[in-house]
Amino acid sequence: MKRKDFARDDSRTEFNRRKFLAGVAVAGAAVSAPSGANAAPTTAPDAAPAPRPSALPPTAKVAAAETATPQEIQKQEGGKPGSDFMVDVIKKLDIKYLPCNPASSFRALHESLIDYGQNKQPEFLTCMHEESAVGMAHGYFKIAGKPLMTLVHGTVGLQHAAMGIYNAWCDRVPVIVIGGNDLDAAHRPPGVPTFHSAQDINALVRDFTKWDDTPTSPQHFAQSMVRMYKTAMTPPYGPVMMSLDAGLQQEPMRDYGGEKLYIPRYVPSSPPQGDTGAVKEAARLLAGAERPVVVVDRAARTPNGIKLLVELAETLQAAVVDQGGRMNFPKTHYLNRPPNVVGQADVVIGMELSDFWAVVNSYVDNGEHGIGFNESKLKAGTKLISINSVELITKSNYQDFQRFQVVDVSMPADAEATLPALIEAVKSAIPDSRKDAIAKRGETFRNAYANGRENVKKAAAIAWDASPISTARLVMETWNQIKDLDWSLVASEGNVSNWPNRLWPMEKHHHWLGRSGGYGVGYGAPASIGAALANRDLGRFSVSFQSDGDLMYAPGVLWTAARHKIPLLAVMHNNRGYHQESMHVQRLANFRNRVVYNGNDLAALGTSIENPDIEYHKLAQSMGWWAKGPIKDPADLGPAIKEAVAVVKSGQPALLNVWTQPR
Amino acid sequence: MKFSISIGLAVAAFACGNAAFAASAENGKMAFVKNGCWQCHGFEGQGSVATSNGKVIAHTELPYESFEAFVRGTNRAMPPYSETILSSADLVDIYAYVQSVPKPPEVSSIPLLK
Repeated sequence: MKRKDFARDDSRTEFNRRKFLAGVAVAGAAVSAPSGANAAPTTAPDAAPAPRPSALPPTAKVAAAETATPQEIQKQEGGKPGSDFMVDVIKKLDIKYLPCNPASSFRALHESLIDYGQNKQPEFLTCMHEESAVGMAHGYFKIAGKPLMTLVHGTVGLQHAAMGIYNAWCDRVPVIVIGGNDLDAAHRPPGVPTFHSAQDINALVRDFTKWDDTPTSPQHFAQSMVRMYKTAMTPPYGPVMMSLDAGLQQEPMRDYGGEKLYIPRYVPSSPPQGDTGAVKEAARLLAGAERPVVVVDRAARTPNGIKLLVELAETLQAAVVDQGGRMNFPKTHYLNRPPNVVGQADVVIGMELSDFWAVVNSYVDNGEHGIGFNESKLKAGTKLISINSVELITKSNYQDFQRFQVVDVSMPADAEATLPALIEAVKSAIPDSRKDAIAKRGETFRNAYANGRENVKKAAAIAWDASPISTARLVMETWNQIKDLDWSLVASEGNVSNWPNRLWPMEKHHHWLGRSGGYGVGYGAPASIGAALANRDLGRFSVSFQSDGDLMYAPGVLWTAARHKIPLLAVMHNNRGYHQESMHVQRLANFRNRVVYNGNDLAALGTSIENPDIEYHKLAQSMGWWAKGPIKDPADLGPAIKEAVAVVKSGQPALLNVWTQPR
Repeated sequence: MKFSISIGLAVAAFACGNAAFAASAENGKMAFVKNGCWQCHGFEGQGSVATSNGKVIAHTELPYESFEAFVRGTNRAMPPYSETILSSADLVDIYAYVQSVPKPPEVSSIPLLK
């Protein structure tokens, strides 16, 4: 690389931010110091000679340079800041929003975005925590299918953002993260900016991002930005990271040796498809199976993925187990079956599973010895097929791919992209002689589906009138108020016993968005607001089941929703505790034959959120939400939700603080 | 305690081994909460697909002896409760409590579930 390509090229004549800052510091010192030769002596006549001052009086030239307007500033006014060019690049990628907590390390880009870029494409959304910003981008993508970017502050902001990035990584969601970083240790302002900088901030998240870079020139920025976008948006999707030098943002554009800056065109990559031979073999096994089972987790990346899965399932009359990483298969379809069908299968095809092992094995947590029991769920001889794009980006440190499962046909490929070829291959592989038998298989499933629906309703009726309110009642009272709208369940945190998926007629891709991915608590509130933002632009109604513990990780995101007029109905599942952890401690105590110490709480000390109870409705009200609560009587719930729905339809967010059963 | 459930059956008697315990559903409700049963089974024993594999213990059809044997030994998916941490007297009361919670309404009587 030629030296002129470096951002810190001292040979250039244009304005240099480092020199300017250094000049300001010295000028300030000169103003407060005695004026050199003209200053009266301050020591007694008989004292020792005054030591020679360490700072000599400035020459006339230096004094002028330090007190007059620096010439370099005048040059800057006439040029285009590097961060303006960066805005041009970002605009080319059509990124609609920028959820962000502000910071000095990207002040230049911030200023360019709102002044030069006119706060459009992207529009700045003020966030109060970097994890909230990433969570919003995460939820937004699941509705819009397009990534957002966020800016974070060097070391500290990125550490705040890290949990959100990890969730996005595990959930295969693209988020573009740019971290401001003052790289030049010799010239950056001393003190806080140094604490907030590092040689390689990207290292913080390298284990759970698809790619990262540290550009050193505007052209490098343009190439990296487009590469980041392309990498993030190639299945399997994932977050990407850029460390962006503060100096590079602030410095004006200059002559790059006659080289004209350009913005590379973004051309989407086609998703990887399964090998033709492997597809044929998978089709042969499926077509010949007596009890094929399709298990899906993040298989339907788009609404078309649902259509394809329905076509495959109906062609085979195969049971489908939807693990719920995305809305893969209509809940109203008779082939939608519970996980226990895997035990009867002779062929199982898993698509975009993060944990194939757990699909075909059971595990019992034995708190007594710390080692659980494993047991296969499969019949002997069952064949396994996998289509999983995540095999293409496996990393070592964070092993979210779970335990190793031997499979008979393995395709490291995108499931949705492979489905058309697989469907055609299955149709070709089914002989006419088998078609009647396959059709009869479907009849069995129709009956089982109908019976299953009735059993679910019976289970929902238990504790229907209880206080605290049952989670089934919570979910169905909510459904009753939104069923006639174009609704989207944007998050369901804290575990409401999966009632929405069991009772609501989910059919469209936006009816269910899956969960956080990494199960890092704190995802629900920001992700639901990000998804609600995307739904707002599409005219849809957004609803979430918001748990108490999740909300308290970064409740400031409520303010962001109110500030930017993002309508969302948040119905709280407030069970007043970190309930999963309550059960874990209880479990360990029992195996150790000890009584759990609860203090004055309901559950194990350290797991309850009570004494005092948090008034979430007041918290939300304080940040501009319409809110009501605590609602403890199930008879009060329906009318309260009806009021809240009206508020949300008017364009405002609304929250109901509902006291609920634990699960 | 911050939940309210009407209790239809206040007192019952169960044979347990050679001993006979006078069972109190009211005491059982307190023991049910104090010993953490509610955490997986819900305050009315309604259970959850997430925590009890969908098992409902409200109005369990298990006779007391079988109920007790399961609680003491369990299938390991549920953590066992020895007599050291849950007395037989409390367990009898808990059994009375889960038998006493209101029976669920018929699905057909709940408009939201039709």
